[in-house]
Amino acid sequence: MRQNSLKQACSMTTALALILMAGAVCAKPVPAQKPGEPPVVTNNVDRPETSDEAVLALKSMTMPITATPLDKLPLDKFHLPDGFKLEVYASGLANGRSLQLGDKGTLFVGSRIAGRVYAVTNQDGKRAVKIIAKGLHRPNGVAFHDGTLYVAEISKISKYPDIEAHLDQPPAPVTIYDDLPKDEAHGWKFIKVGPDNKLYVPIGAPGNNLIPPETHAQIRRMDLDGKNVEIVARGVRNTVGFDWNPATKLLTFTDNGRDWVSEELPNDELNVLTKPGQEHFGYPFCHQGNLPDPEYGWGKSCADYTAPVGLLGAHTAALGMRFYTGTQFPAQYQGGIFIAQHGSWNKTQKTGGQVVFAKLGSDGKVTSVEPFLTGFLENNELIGRPVDVQVTPDGALLVSDDLNGAIYRISYDAKHAAK
Amino acid sequence: MRIPLALAVATVLTGPVLAAGPSIEGCTACHGAGTSQTEGIPSLGGMPALYVTNQLFMFREGQRKADPMNSLAEPMSDEDLQAYGAAIATLPAPTYQGPAADAERVARANAAIAKHRCASCHGAQLGGDKGVPRIRGQREEYLVTALTTYKTSERAGFDPQMNEVAGELSPNEIADLAYAIARKP
Ligand code: HEC
Ligand code: HEC
Repeated sequence: MRQNSLKQACSMTTALALILMAGAVCAKPVPAQKPGEPPVVTNNVDRPETSDEAVLALKSMTMPITATPLDKLPLDKFHLPDGFKLEVYASGLANGRSLQLGDKGTLFVGSRIAGRVYAVTNQDGKRAVKIIAKGLHRPNGVAFHDGTLYVAEISKISKYPDIEAHLDQPPAPVTIYDDLPKDEAHGWKFIKVGPDNKLYVPIGAPGNNLIPPETHAQIRRMDLDGKNVEIVARGVRNTVGFDWNPATKLLTFTDNGRDWVSEELPNDELNVLTKPGQEHFGYPFCHQGNLPDPEYGWGKSCADYTAPVGLLGAHTAALGMRFYTGTQFPAQYQGGIFIAQHGSWNKTQKTGGQVVFAKLGSDGKVTSVEPFLTGFLENNELIGRPVDVQVTPDGALLVSDDLNGAIYRISYDAKHAAK
Repeated sequence: MRIPLALAVATVLTGPVLAAGPSIEGCTACHGAGTSQTEGIPSLGGMPALYVTNQLFMFREGQRKADPMNSLAEPMSDEDLQAYGAAIATLPAPTYQGPAADAERVARANAAIAKHRCASCHGAQLGGDKGVPRIRGQREEYLVTALTTYKTSERAGFDPQMNEVAGELSPNEIADLAYAIARKP
């Protein structure tokens, strides 16, 4: 009974009231920060409170850690545009998240709470899943370069040299960098080696909305031995996916917007870094390029921060992204970006839970964001959660789903496309 | 009423996991049949099956560190975890029996519950659902430990949301919350 009436209460009026209220009562001065002292971390905005009906109607997002057996995967629920087809590339990878291909075709898969790194081998179409590391501390990030696998745990990055030759007996990891905070909140990392042969490592804000310490809310880059560390971007709340634009070579990254402002704002962002070391992307003062923070925005101007090149929807949890560089898909996909949206929790009507395709205009700004792989949302519950995407050498697209512990492969066959 | 570990482990691990569900006598020896009488050991009554399964997964993989649960969960298969989850979920929820709670502390705790929106995830009555635990009626000292270790990141949830929430709690708030939630009728 209560469930029902609450659902109805989440109609426009309540949602609207919540937005207005959140906007109106939250302005609080930013606490003064004396030079040399650690930054003041203050509490979150006080609204909405639990007593607000819409908040009680929020269904919390929880999911099993165990993987869904192959024959129980909800494949018949998924939708793709005409001519595309989806098959299971690998299953049984509990909590499998970030994807990275090795030179010899091994797919490396990081995880968060399972603490494991998986390797999916692919020999003559026969695939096998191996656990190459376990008991790690949220090893979400996997990068591969010149035969070496790099794994990012919350506060440490290690390398596994010549990994593809030693999948059955992986070498002992060598720590290359551990000058990282230990916070769990937004502490898990996506990592990748850039065209400059440097390793890019983000450090999220240690909470929803706060003045971050100097060490957080940024992206660093470093040599592959962990030396020569620089901060390349600041004001980044939590990026869990990035890639380099093959045309411009610029770092392009998703960033997750803060919670609890309203159900419709702020959007998750797609950002481009043009001047490494000199750009601030707004968090926590300005969100989505034009929304001053209700708590910390006073006295700040959004014009002082780099605005996103595209907006990806509020609370969609835009995570992994890759430019489409293959030739298998129709020409319109060339140079655009596939983005995995993990799905919302801070929203009564859930969104996300899909892979979208973003097109860029000649000015580098996003011109459209269209659903690509959908069907993960059923009756306002997520039945799968896309985390990362990866283009394979034959031009197919792999997608990880950490709720089901599965990797899907999407391919295109013009013959089957509707005329 | 501390149970010798070796004995408890032996009790738990004898007997195969039957189709009818595993025997949880070994578990309840420590945890009580729903309500724990032992300091440091949480009550499991009324916990959602998915929460129990997820925690056992994390114990097995060493992602949540706590003796003796790591060694107990180690030999379990995914199916075992799910079977224990389902069996534990049948235990009756704890209900507070002691003297009336201090109204002032309860009022302070209720304010903190509203401010930090605990009920948006734990449910209006803090009874939990799916992967979110029941906290109402849980042992007070265990609640203090849980909230404190989330705050320091020593304990990581299967989802880091609790670390975010607890990061915003002061030690006084934690004390009041634990006091009132443990006594919540
Ligand atoms: C020897 C005593 C002992 C036995 C036997 C035991 N446990 Fe535990 N269990 C503990 C302790 C102590 C903790 C608390 C760990 C902590 O402080 O985090 C715990 C924690 C748990 C938790 C986490 C609860 C929560 O609220 O997060 C679960 C679930 C659990 N045990 C399930 C089981 C199951 C299932 C069995 C039987 C297979 C079992 N336990 C047997 C002592 C025991
Ligand atoms: C955004 C959702 C969310 C909110 C808000 C939230 N919780 Fe939680 N809470 C969870 C989840 C999910 C878990 C299980 C995490 C894990 O796996 O350890 C949890 C676990 C807990 C536990 C551990 C229980 C046990 O048996 O070990 C306690 C205690 C707790 N929460 C108390 C609170 C209190 C008090 C508040 C408000 C101050 C709160 N929570 C707010 C989602 C939430």
